[in-house]
Amino acid sequence: MFTLSDLVQPEKLETAYQVLTNKRNNTILGGCAFLKMGSKRISTAIDLSNLNLNYIKEQDGFIEIGAMTSLRELETHILLREQFNGLLPKAVSSIIGVQFRNCVTVGASVFAKYGFSDVITALLALNTEVELYKGGRMPLADFLKQPKVKDILVRLWIKLDTRQATYLNLRKSASDYSILNVAVSKLDNQWTIVVGARPRRASIAIKASAALSQRSLSDAEMEEAANQAAEELAFGTNMRGTAEYRKALCKVLVKRAIMEVASECK
Amino acid sequence: MQITLTINDKLVIWDVEKDEILADTLRSHGLLSVKKACETSCCGLCTVWVEDKSVLSCTTLSVRAHGKKITTIEGVSKDAEDFARVLTAEGSEQCGFCSPGFVMNVLAMKKELVNPSDKEIIHYLTGNLCRCTGYMGQLRAVKTYLGVQ
Amino acid sequence: MNKVGMKSVGHGIRKIDGMAIATGKPVYTLDLAMSNALVVKILRSPHAFAKITTIDTSTAEKVEGVECILTFKDVPKERFTLAGQSYPEPSPYDRLILDEIVRYVGDEVAIIAAVDEKTALQAMKKIKVEYEVWEPVLDFEQALGHASVVHPEEDLHCNFDIGLQKEQNIASSYNEEVGDVEEELKRCSVIVEDVYYPQAQAHAMMETYRAFTSLDHTGRLVVVSSTQVPFHIRRQLARALQLPASKVRVIKPRIGGGFGGKQTGSLEAFAGMVTLKTGKPAMIIYDRKETFSCTTSRHAMRLKTRVGADQEGIIRAIDIQVLSDTGAYGEHAPTVLSCVGHYTLPLYNKTRAVRFTGNAVYTNKMPAGAFRGYGATQGTFALECTVNKLAEKLGMDPTEVRLKNISKVGETFLTGQGVLLGSTTLERCIEKGKELIGWKEKFPSRKLENSKVRAVGMAITMQGSGIANIGTASVELRLNDDGYFTLLSGATDMGTGCDTILTQMASEVLEVPMNHIIFNAGDTDTAPYDPGSYASSTTYLAGAAVVKAAEELKSKILEQGAKFLGVSVQDVEMEGLTVRTLAGEEMSLAKIAELTVLGTGKLQLVSSATHGMDISPPPYVAGFAEVEVDQETGKVELIDYVAVVDCGTVINPKLARIQAEGGIAQGIGMALYEEVIYNAVGKMASNSFMQYKIPCRKDVGKVRIAFEESFEPSGPFGAKSIGEVVANTPPPAIVHAVYNAVGVRVNHLPITPEKVFVGMQKL
Repeated sequence: MFTLSDLVQPEKLETAYQVLTNKRNNTILGGCAFLKMGSKRISTAIDLSNLNLNYIKEQDGFIEIGAMTSLRELETHILLREQFNGLLPKAVSSIIGVQFRNCVTVGASVFAKYGFSDVITALLALNTEVELYKGGRMPLADFLKQPKVKDILVRLWIKLDTRQATYLNLRKSASDYSILNVAVSKLDNQWTIVVGARPRRASIAIKASAALSQRSLSDAEMEEAANQAAEELAFGTNMRGTAEYRKALCKVLVKRAIMEVASECK
Repeated sequence: MQITLTINDKLVIWDVEKDEILADTLRSHGLLSVKKACETSCCGLCTVWVEDKSVLSCTTLSVRAHGKKITTIEGVSKDAEDFARVLTAEGSEQCGFCSPGFVMNVLAMKKELVNPSDKEIIHYLTGNLCRCTGYMGQLRAVKTYLGVQ
Repeated sequence: MNKVGMKSVGHGIRKIDGMAIATGKPVYTLDLAMSNALVVKILRSPHAFAKITTIDTSTAEKVEGVECILTFKDVPKERFTLAGQSYPEPSPYDRLILDEIVRYVGDEVAIIAAVDEKTALQAMKKIKVEYEVWEPVLDFEQALGHASVVHPEEDLHCNFDIGLQKEQNIASSYNEEVGDVEEELKRCSVIVEDVYYPQAQAHAMMETYRAFTSLDHTGRLVVVSSTQVPFHIRRQLARALQLPASKVRVIKPRIGGGFGGKQTGSLEAFAGMVTLKTGKPAMIIYDRKETFSCTTSRHAMRLKTRVGADQEGIIRAIDIQVLSDTGAYGEHAPTVLSCVGHYTLPLYNKTRAVRFTGNAVYTNKMPAGAFRGYGATQGTFALECTVNKLAEKLGMDPTEVRLKNISKVGETFLTGQGVLLGSTTLERCIEKGKELIGWKEKFPSRKLENSKVRAVGMAITMQGSGIANIGTASVELRLNDDGYFTLLSGATDMGTGCDTILTQMASEVLEVPMNHIIFNAGDTDTAPYDPGSYASSTTYLAGAAVVKAAEELKSKILEQGAKFLGVSVQDVEMEGLTVRTLAGEEMSLAKIAELTVLGTGKLQLVSSATHGMDISPPPYVAGFAEVEVDQETGKVELIDYVAVVDCGTVINPKLARIQAEGGIAQGIGMALYEEVIYNAVGKMASNSFMQYKIPCRKDVGKVRIAFEESFEPSGPFGAKSIGEVVANTPPPAIVHAVYNAVGVRVNHLPITPEKVFVGMQKL
């Protein structure tokens, strides 16, 4: 059971940041879906609800998504349904249920860097930047690599390009965590292959992506790229699957995703 | 701390603990339709509406509901009964424990989706677990209620 | 009796409690608890096997708001079983409310009662326990002869010989052989064998376990509990708490599902103990984690199966050897074990020899217990997989093998001691199922474009209807002073709708509308005895009791009516809430009630009946699965499931259909998704709905139910049971379909994508 001694709902980011850094166990609240599972003892919980961070908008060649935007809004927003072949709605639509997705926020999902995350996998296949209150703007991939810091994820910036993309996953039960998830995108000749839930957090298969970008996209080459992705990434074992199986799945899902994007591009 | 809510169209001022969840607050004020069945935000039994959207009341901190409009099945009893009549005609409430949350999500869906397909209905309601019925009878009932084929 | 012209029976009538529960009315245990009840929490063992060397509650007791803390030192020393079974229970008496030895991670160490949950949890943290940690028995295949003995205590007790050998960790053993199996197998031209591992499965009812206890105005213990077995809970508590049963009253309100889980009294004693100690009302609620990891599950088993047949495909010998994992305590261990054979061997009665042997072993894991299907599920999985394998070896269509071998009406079977089969439409069920699934076109498989294969598979199953010579049901019926009726029953509706169907039956016999009958059940103070909702009993046994009682009361009403109308009883009939003479004179039931109950009548018309049977007629299901398997990933998608059911006469088609659909979904969960998993030190890893996935709406594909009604001569209106039999076919039928798709036999449930994938790699 979690406990929480105080809760503030600041009107300014600066205040939120001050409270956050004030004490070690002061914490930003996201959708609180995982709060009950732990026995976290929070001194002051910081609720960002009053900061107007619940929005999705198009601006200056970017899609800007506020940290408090729910995954359900990601799923249903017209802009995201139309862009990138509906990659983001596809990626979040299998997460538990509508009520859950109405509660949980994209900011917390990304900030927590969960290994099982579906949304991070999809965002990595796009040109996504995160904006931290102190840390400023940086590519999502860099953010994922840096150690956990006390900061506030304010919003996401997704470059509004003409990228084609898809998201695939394999789950046992349809509302389970993914055994493995994959997002693949192509902008001009640049491919990005992302594999998540390995069960470690999503990464770009850099070599495979680069190699594929040089190729002519025969079936054999697409398969080769998928195999390369499986070779360059590390896989682990948990309750949902072994490392060996994940590696094998990676080959299949990446290959299928590449083929799907390639056929979208035609 | 004190929060002000509009519960089923009635303005209330309630004292809540800061780490209290909305499901417990609602139950402690006599809204006993609200059920809890997991601690992991994934069964859907506690579904209520916040600002007319289905949410998990076990995942919503009561303090965060301050100033908001909350609706439980007690607040939409006529619509709930209309649907429940169809649901029970199929026998697909069975133990009934998951029904209030399920009914709330069905009513939310009715407002949101127009003429949904089977697939859309199933997708919208996936977050409502049921261990008794196997879901088929619920699908029949929902389709009858919505008047879709 | 038959269904033609019936007004209630055979009709899809809404449940009498349906609208209230569907709209969230406060009718469940927690809704009824007093708000000032103490909150009861349990301190649990972190070790799989240990002895408590010291336990110090003194600091914890000082926490303000703590009312009592109980340890093994404070509880009665008489062992008992939590299994909800008729007395004398076959399950071993191997429990204390709290024991010095803890036998699984989660076993109870101390009971804490406080004014609220936070206080109780705070106090729990301050209890200091030291353990002597012992080597646990975690692998049930290593339990027999393990150096550790799970139940070393001297005072283990069995009501009769169940084959318990505690030094060997054997809770129970069973042996039955008719004919000489080894000799008969030698004569068979085709023999197939294999080993099967049906897994432990969690009931995962939506309402977790809970009970509310208080003392009434005479000092008796009143227990409101979400239970399937109020009368057994009463007897169990009486023994556990060392009270006369007459000092205990158990009330079952509406309950949010049970599936056999609530046939075991997992927590009533803890709250009861607190109320007895403090004199105060107490409420205990298990959270989902405790519900998963500190109650019971289906028995995981290993079944070695051999089936022999002649060249024509006639099955001549069946041999099943079972090892059953009963976990830390023996709830339902002997009976689930024996039911593996009881509910499988009679399916095929052309056999000349059958053998069924097995052990249920103790391990240091959460106890197993009753679960819908009760051994038949595991046995069906093993036998039906083997028969499918046999069909392949014979080069025959698996449906043909069934049709050649199944038992027919009027026939006996080897282990049946001469009992004749009274009803079956299994043959029609198989034919109908073939037609609905499209067996002729689809068997065994067809490849699709996208590296996927579609295939079909099938299985058949049976169960019982009540427990022969043990299960009984009693009801009482009376005509009230206002002309309405009250039907008192101990039957335990857990959402299944028995309150409704028993009312339907009474209404049919009494020829009055259902709303003229008040159905009152679930209170041991007012209801006559009923063992509860289990063993697929209620429709068949309580239903027959209702019919008897209603017929008796009806004849009493006619008799009185005739007297008041001045004619002989042959000249009256019941019609439209009146007793009417052939000449057309009539008297209303209300008037008859008035004249009998009130004033000078002095004769309230009542009837009662107790019903039990020396047979347990089997309902049947033929199940057919169509799956789509991804050859590259091993992912199995269930496309279609057809179950054709023979439950005798269908009393309420709507409720029967939902029972069947729900049972099939539970079987689908067992086949494809569900698994109780422990880590290396015996801690359950699958203790939430995030880690233990029951099927969601997207997981069940399409489930279609059809009924092929038979008429069971011994059943009320020709009815048999339906509650359990519907859970059994999905595991073997889906395994069969997957095999037909990609050639991989998954004998170790559930069928995960990885197992199928690895299997395909090995081909």
